[in-house]
Amino acid sequence: MLNAHDILETIHMIQDENLDVRTITMGISLLDCAHSDLSVTCDKVYDKITRYAEHLVRTGEDIEKEYGIPIINKRISITPAAMVLAACDNKDAVKLAHTLERAAVTCGVNFLGGYSALVQKGFGPGDCELMESIPQALAETEHICSSVNIGSTKAGINMDAVAMMGRIVKQTAELTADRQCIGAAKLVVFCNAPEDNPFMAGAFHGPGEPDVEVNVGVSGPGVVRAALAKAGDCDLTAVADIIKKTAFKITRMGQLVATEASRRLGVPFGIVDLSLAPTPAVGDSVAHILEEIGLESCGGYGTTAALALLNDAVKKGGVMASSHVGGLSGAFIPVTEDAGMIAAATSGALKLEKLEAMTAVCSVGLDMINIPGDTTPEVISAIIADEAAIGMVNSKTTAVRVIPAIGKQAGDVLSFGGLLGEGPVMPVNTASPARFIERGGRIPAPMQSLKN
Amino acid sequence: MKRAVITVIGQDAVGILAAVSGKCAEHKVNVLEVTQSVLQDLFAMIMMADVSACDIPFAEFGEQLAAMGRDRGLSVQAVNAEVFDAMHTI
Repeated sequence: MLNAHDILETIHMIQDENLDVRTITMGISLLDCAHSDLSVTCDKVYDKITRYAEHLVRTGEDIEKEYGIPIINKRISITPAAMVLAACDNKDAVKLAHTLERAAVTCGVNFLGGYSALVQKGFGPGDCELMESIPQALAETEHICSSVNIGSTKAGINMDAVAMMGRIVKQTAELTADRQCIGAAKLVVFCNAPEDNPFMAGAFHGPGEPDVEVNVGVSGPGVVRAALAKAGDCDLTAVADIIKKTAFKITRMGQLVATEASRRLGVPFGIVDLSLAPTPAVGDSVAHILEEIGLESCGGYGTTAALALLNDAVKKGGVMASSHVGGLSGAFIPVTEDAGMIAAATSGALKLEKLEAMTAVCSVGLDMINIPGDTTPEVISAIIADEAAIGMVNSKTTAVRVIPAIGKQAGDVLSFGGLLGEGPVMPVNTASPARFIERGGRIPAPMQSLKN
Repeated sequence: MKRAVITVIGQDAVGILAAVSGKCAEHKVNVLEVTQSVLQDLFAMIMMADVSACDIPFAEFGEQLAAMGRDRGLSVQAVNAEVFDAMHTI
């Protein structure tokens, strides 16, 4: 039998502590849409997405009402678009991007991810065309998210792709300079990209996934912070225990929503992503959890250790609560999307170098960071290479989503609105890595790759 | 049996229980159990109800209760009981 305390705890979490399901993401394979004629491909892509995801948004809203749990986003992820484009004689990727945008609007989803290429070991047919089209595609669409995987523990790092991406990130920002450079906020460069990630901007539906599936991303930094605040002075063993218990509850709710969405849509359940995903809303911040653990400000010494504890405890609590765990699963640290991170970056307590250290122990990487508009493509490439190296050596996902703030300097502000938030432009070390980046080639896979 | 948990949170007042159970009766929802508690100085009533025979879609029933609560300055929610089972039982 349920007891009153448990029921009120749940109601309190939803009403006052921002507990929600962050996203239901339907992954759709487009491999069977590839055709030598690009127009035929586009028609098949549009038909398949709108047929499979026709009821996605309505189903999400129904579950939201019946279970009393806010489901913030309904999204679609697709087979990396470069794979679909590979078969086309005319590789005009932007045309495909416009088709995807039309499908996203018809389905009513918040974002469609998978305008992507996987080039960790080299470029296949369609990969270069897709990558070169990213700036224009993101400037001319609203709902499309793009990602490129440039490295992995198994394959090493494709430094030719890294060099390209530094330039492409900068161009993407330039083409959307009149809109706060928002294009770059929808572009992620990955190392070890997961194939079933439901979170944007990095979601895509990997080639090893089924025809269609439903993946769910939970959230709830506010709930974790509130649970720690209630516990008061306890040692770090107890802190880890509280986080585990809270993560278990949050994930069980995500699992319930995932199972129900899968049943109603008649689509297999894929995974639950255990990530703690912040929003700019007050009380929904990962940085504030770190501060609740005992730091004066996120970014000070102790941040990496506290984040390591948090990330590990979230996984330990969540993994038992779900039948299949996947995606990124950990704590996110997107600077402009987290009220505590924004405050710490503005005050100068949180610096780029500390963020890089933090990415070694949490689930993603340098995420949603505004950098000065005059940062050179080579420096952006080198930022990507450093992050990829951390991911490659530690067999974990890392990513870079930096936004060159065109025409702005350190201390200025970029404001995207909505879940993407706003934040200060952070200073970047400008010592030139140009010669290193120009060398090109591949960084060989590390010893860790030789597990067989 | 499809169970729902109805929670009423707000300032205590005469007739809350009658109003909520009246709405349940109107839509053939059977009240199984009622408990009261105090949460941060606020009145909290929790009802367990069987909604299998509810004559309107459950989401709509929940919306009617919420609207009735808003008129009285109360937060009223009807939630599928599976949510609480999932979160609080192993």
